[in-house]
Amino acid sequence: MKNKKLHLSFIEIIGLLIGLVYISPFYFIIFNSFKTKRNILVDTLGLPNPFILENYPHAMEKMDFAQAFMNSTVITVTSLLLLVLFSSMSAWVLLRTKHRLSAIIFMLFVISMLIPFQTVMLPLVDLFGVNKLNLINSRLGIIIMYLGFGSSMSIFLFHGFMKGIPVALEEAAYIDGCKPHQVFWHIVLPLLKPISVTVMILNGIWIWNDYLLPSLVLQEKSVRTVPLSTQYFFGAYSKDWHLAMAALTLTLIPVVIFYIFAQKHIIRGVTSGAIK
Amino acid sequence: MNTKFRKWIIFWTFLTPTLITFFLVVIIPFLTGIYYSFSDWNAIPGKPIQFIGFANYLNVFNDQQVMKSFLLTLTYSGYSILLINIVGFSLALLVTQRLRTANLLRTIFFMPNLIGGLILGYIWKFIFIKILPDLMLSGENMLSKPTTALLAMAIVSTWQMAGYIMVIYVAAIQSIPEEFLEASKIDGANALQRIRHIVFPLVAPAFTVSLFLTLSGSFKMYDVNASLTAGEPARQTELLAMEILSKAFKELNFGEGQAQAVLFFVFIAVISILQVYSSKKREVEM
Repeated sequence: MKNKKLHLSFIEIIGLLIGLVYISPFYFIIFNSFKTKRNILVDTLGLPNPFILENYPHAMEKMDFAQAFMNSTVITVTSLLLLVLFSSMSAWVLLRTKHRLSAIIFMLFVISMLIPFQTVMLPLVDLFGVNKLNLINSRLGIIIMYLGFGSSMSIFLFHGFMKGIPVALEEAAYIDGCKPHQVFWHIVLPLLKPISVTVMILNGIWIWNDYLLPSLVLQEKSVRTVPLSTQYFFGAYSKDWHLAMAALTLTLIPVVIFYIFAQKHIIRGVTSGAIK
Repeated sequence: MNTKFRKWIIFWTFLTPTLITFFLVVIIPFLTGIYYSFSDWNAIPGKPIQFIGFANYLNVFNDQQVMKSFLLTLTYSGYSILLINIVGFSLALLVTQRLRTANLLRTIFFMPNLIGGLILGYIWKFIFIKILPDLMLSGENMLSKPTTALLAMAIVSTWQMAGYIMVIYVAAIQSIPEEFLEASKIDGANALQRIRHIVFPLVAPAFTVSLFLTLSGSFKMYDVNASLTAGEPARQTELLAMEILSKAFKELNFGEGQAQAVLFFVFIAVISILQVYSSKKREVEM
């Protein structure tokens, strides 16, 4: 018995060491964000000497962090709220209308999940371009795109979840004189809370971190998102590692805070999305 | 009649917002994209488009750079599928031991998955250029040579994806009945034998899922490619997604780029259908 205990704590130490190595890239980024430009060049591995904070205001100014953070927040939050509302509405009528047409439309959404973004990106940018819809460099434009790209998976998840809600609940409400939109708003929507959390987490991680789509449609500085704003420090000739490290740390902070608060939901949501 | 009519009004009003965005963003670009791939489309506003048959597709197959990108993508996918699954499975074995720190470790391993590929690529660009040469004392920078740069990309993808794949394997390992492992212990099987003869066969379905997830993920990879190597040195690390963009925006050959994009869809669709087929088949067997 004693032997077994020793054995377990040996694995425990190995585990902790692996964990430390696994997150070591973060230390290097964070430590170096407090160094001077010269300090990084002569001593990358050591602790900051001297320890300075100036890199942060500098980096924030150069990448226009406040603006980028605002843009990312507005785009992500608006897309998520509309996505949950519109997709659950669609999933509900597709499930509750027993007709061939609803089966066909649902299948269309499911099959479209096979289309990679790369296949539609060139015609999409063309369609939203200057001579057509004219929604390039617009937050509204990219929100419309996220609604379109996010709808298939969201409808699929809502549809699957709603199958488990008894119709009797809704029928009772109709008998009491509710209109369909009231039934949806007062009866169905409140029951969708758990799956809505999953839908928001899956789409939220994707939209917040997305790079390829914003890089194609948001070129002006005033509409840039957080990932786009970090590009400034990694151009071909930039050697300002001290500012780049501060910029990267800044972009990590909101994600880590979000992870700490919603960890359980995140791991569950992400895996339930994968298995389906 | 009246109630039926009302029912359809509800049906269409509830669907309309989604259908409008979905058609604008997915269906219309997909269909026009197929049409463009058979034309001399060059994304110049107002310029009439002419149908040119299979010319773009023939060009794709005769294009050295496309073939090279395809091979590079295959190599990169091979590296990353192997690394992600080996690391993900090992981490899953580690965190399913009865450790006091199991939850903490799981949290740590999953964390990089929440950070976007672009930021991860930048983090590792610093690690590969400034940290690793100092640690290894060799002074070699993995990003300077195409062969090692591909491996470097796979390492970054592993850091990003291993925690995610780990969660899938953890679910599979935890569903193994405790009695199986107990019985084998009584029969005198050691840890390695238990992994090989009990854990492996029982997590096989999770392995199929992870294999396809990592395969289609690495084929679509763009962000880490853009931030870590940007295709350098000399377009020797340009994967398929980036190659489509270069074809369009650098070589200004939108028609051929779009033909590549359509072939890309066919490839991904075949992989995904195979995945659905194989997991359905397995469900029947079990």
